[in-house]
Amino acid sequence: MLGKTAGGLYWMARNLERSENTARMIETGQRIALTRAGDTTDEWGSILRAAAVGPGFAAKHGEPTRDAVIDWMLRDKDNPSSVLRAVEGARSNARVVRTAITEDVWEAVNSCWMRLCDALARKVSERDLPRVLDLIRHRSALVRGAMHGTMLRNECYDFARIGTFMERADNTARIIDVKYYVLLPSAMAVGSRLDNVQWETILRSVSGEGGYRMSYGHQVRPREIVKFLVHDRQMPRSLSFCCGKVRDNLNYLATDYGARHPCHDQIEALCQRFASQDVDAIFDYGLHEYIQETLSALGGLSRQIEVDYRFYE
Amino acid sequence: MPEPAAESPPTRLCSATQAAQNGPMGSYFDEMWDDGESLRAPYREFGAWFEGEDPARLRAKQREADDLFRLMGITFNVYGRAEAEERLIPFDIIPRIISAREWQKLCRGIEQRVRAINAFLHDIYHRQEIVRAGRVPEAMIARNEAFLPKMIGVNPPGGVYTHIVGIDLVRTGPDEFYVLEDNARTPSGVSYMLENRETMLQMFPELFSQTRVRPVSGYPRHLQRSLAACAPPATTGPPCVAVLTPGIYNSAYFEHAFLADKMGVELVEGHDLRVVDGRVAMRTTQGYRPIDVLYRRVDDEFIDPLNFNPESALGVPGIMDVYRAGGITLANAPGTGIADDKAIYSYMPDIVEFYTGEKAILQNVPTWRCSEPEALAYVLDHLPELVVKEVHGSGGYGMLIGPAATKKDLREFERKLRARPGNYIAQPTLSLSTVPIFSRAGLAPRHVDLRPFVLVSPEGMEITPGGLTRVALKKGSLVVNSSQGGGTKDTWVLEE
Repeated sequence: MLGKTAGGLYWMARNLERSENTARMIETGQRIALTRAGDTTDEWGSILRAAAVGPGFAAKHGEPTRDAVIDWMLRDKDNPSSVLRAVEGARSNARVVRTAITEDVWEAVNSCWMRLCDALARKVSERDLPRVLDLIRHRSALVRGAMHGTMLRNECYDFARIGTFMERADNTARIIDVKYYVLLPSAMAVGSRLDNVQWETILRSVSGEGGYRMSYGHQVRPREIVKFLVHDRQMPRSLSFCCGKVRDNLNYLATDYGARHPCHDQIEALCQRFASQDVDAIFDYGLHEYIQETLSALGGLSRQIEVDYRFYE
Repeated sequence: MPEPAAESPPTRLCSATQAAQNGPMGSYFDEMWDDGESLRAPYREFGAWFEGEDPARLRAKQREADDLFRLMGITFNVYGRAEAEERLIPFDIIPRIISAREWQKLCRGIEQRVRAINAFLHDIYHRQEIVRAGRVPEAMIARNEAFLPKMIGVNPPGGVYTHIVGIDLVRTGPDEFYVLEDNARTPSGVSYMLENRETMLQMFPELFSQTRVRPVSGYPRHLQRSLAACAPPATTGPPCVAVLTPGIYNSAYFEHAFLADKMGVELVEGHDLRVVDGRVAMRTTQGYRPIDVLYRRVDDEFIDPLNFNPESALGVPGIMDVYRAGGITLANAPGTGIADDKAIYSYMPDIVEFYTGEKAILQNVPTWRCSEPEALAYVLDHLPELVVKEVHGSGGYGMLIGPAATKKDLREFERKLRARPGNYIAQPTLSLSTVPIFSRAGLAPRHVDLRPFVLVSPEGMEITPGGLTRVALKKGSLVVNSSQGGGTKDTWVLEE
């Protein structure tokens, strides 16, 4: 298979996953804003920082306001992570790899793009926001379903899966980091009701409340939430789960091709980290620092995969 | 008045006034209705079915077809408009139907013509017997922009120059077909032929169980086989075929991806390829792998920045040298453009006769070469009746349709003709046949043309029964190009 095709599949899947996760980030911000304690929390600024799209926004709009941030993250063509840009990116990559995906997958991607172009053609009002965010999630679920149901389990599928889980790991890490950026009124508020509400919101935004309850009961404890989102082997959005999937798929490629590359060593090391550090060690080290290091390791791995499988010249 | 360069003038030319007034189309040959009343034989079964259909249901079907096309992404990009703007080519649900007998005759003519084109190409890149015999002037070859000196003496694998040909035909009467243009470089539109049929099969399955229509779906398989049959000497093992596209912003990208997908081969761009150990190889996830046959949809000029346009980012540096050394087959071969050049077109009857020893079965449209002073004088005198085309133009751009032109257009063309006469040819305005479209007001006749697709390999020639019917959707219009508001129809060739 062409290196370019492998890259196209990888980025098609990453972009789709990103569109969904950007929608989740917006939902997180909206919920935190709706449940805040009244005074001056800067939840929208935190969302921008966690999504790493702050500087671009600041250059264009200055101070973050609810409407401007939501528009920036949903529709702005200057924001490479906006839902619209991500969906366009997914579709144009799908066009490039048209011969490597099934007709079902292509049509799912194409209709996702058509529907979202319509839905995002103009500013989304606060009242319409939940419906639009749902639509984004549903459309990306349809594509995932088409991929799952119709693609051969071969190298094409492997590259798409690697893209999906790389992006999801990246986004879960960023969503956890939102909590770092959302300021509490004072240090005294750690462990307060507000603190807990924010943690719960993080859970909700990764569709993790139910799963968390089953594993840890009704009590919201930050350490257990982090454990759930970083280490849980059953939670399909946890860092450990996502990296495990990336490792599996990279290993399938190694078996098929009969060759291992530096990216295989990197993913092993990353998975080892999750296995060897428990959540107390993470909090002792500093959750934010830990997340930042994970993000940078993921970025390095992505670049290594591009080189090892010759996505570009 | 000088004679136009063709054996006989067409019998049913429309007068300038008729075409200009956009009026009733009774003076044209309609392929569905004899004298506007009784159905012609090929349309009888279809006509009976149509009578029994509820127009409201058909209108819903028409919309369904548009949605299907959009969902499948069968779109084309329009040059000169916002980047990545994609449009649908309008599809009309009324099929264009050709009888078995009509088709047989066409096939004989097409085969003869394509055989002559390949012989002509071989000759002009070798001994140039046709020039020596005085049948085509030397200047027409040597000074032609489409003539590629780098091809002199080159023997393409299997002896095939044009692997894929599209012959544009128009009809003016029951038995009168004219070749309007030969597409010997990179004919496009075959994906529409295939998807139009797919769409009709999905929407009106009952039609196909009652009428015996010859299938077109074998095309991708035949294409793959015929390309593989032209593998170069350097091939080891089963031939590796790939399609070369300029990329997703090309107007025909959908078709490139479609054909690669249906053939089950890789779709590559210039930056996926490089020359490795004397072969053209593609960058795979496991390193470079050689390609044997490249169905390239990139023009000659852009295919090799080392040998041709150095600015090109679409091609592969050095591919021409590999080609000449027998390391790869290019389909179609470089330099085939000379055979579909509009100036050469006027010599086609001679070319056919010269190489096949037979009279041409398909007629040429009479053509005045404006490079000849007498012809130019005639053309200038009769501009409002004629169609004037640029010699190297395509896609319906840069042409004048006299009867439909404004005074200003005519003056402008007169100026252009005087300034560069050699750049133009002129033809009478043909009364193209009509086939009805399904319009809001019911059936309405519109002008059509036909592009059948021909595959050539050392094993023989394969003409897909059908082709692309393009239809001018505007009432009275004679321009069928998709870039100029034309649409398409499914084309049926009936079983005997």
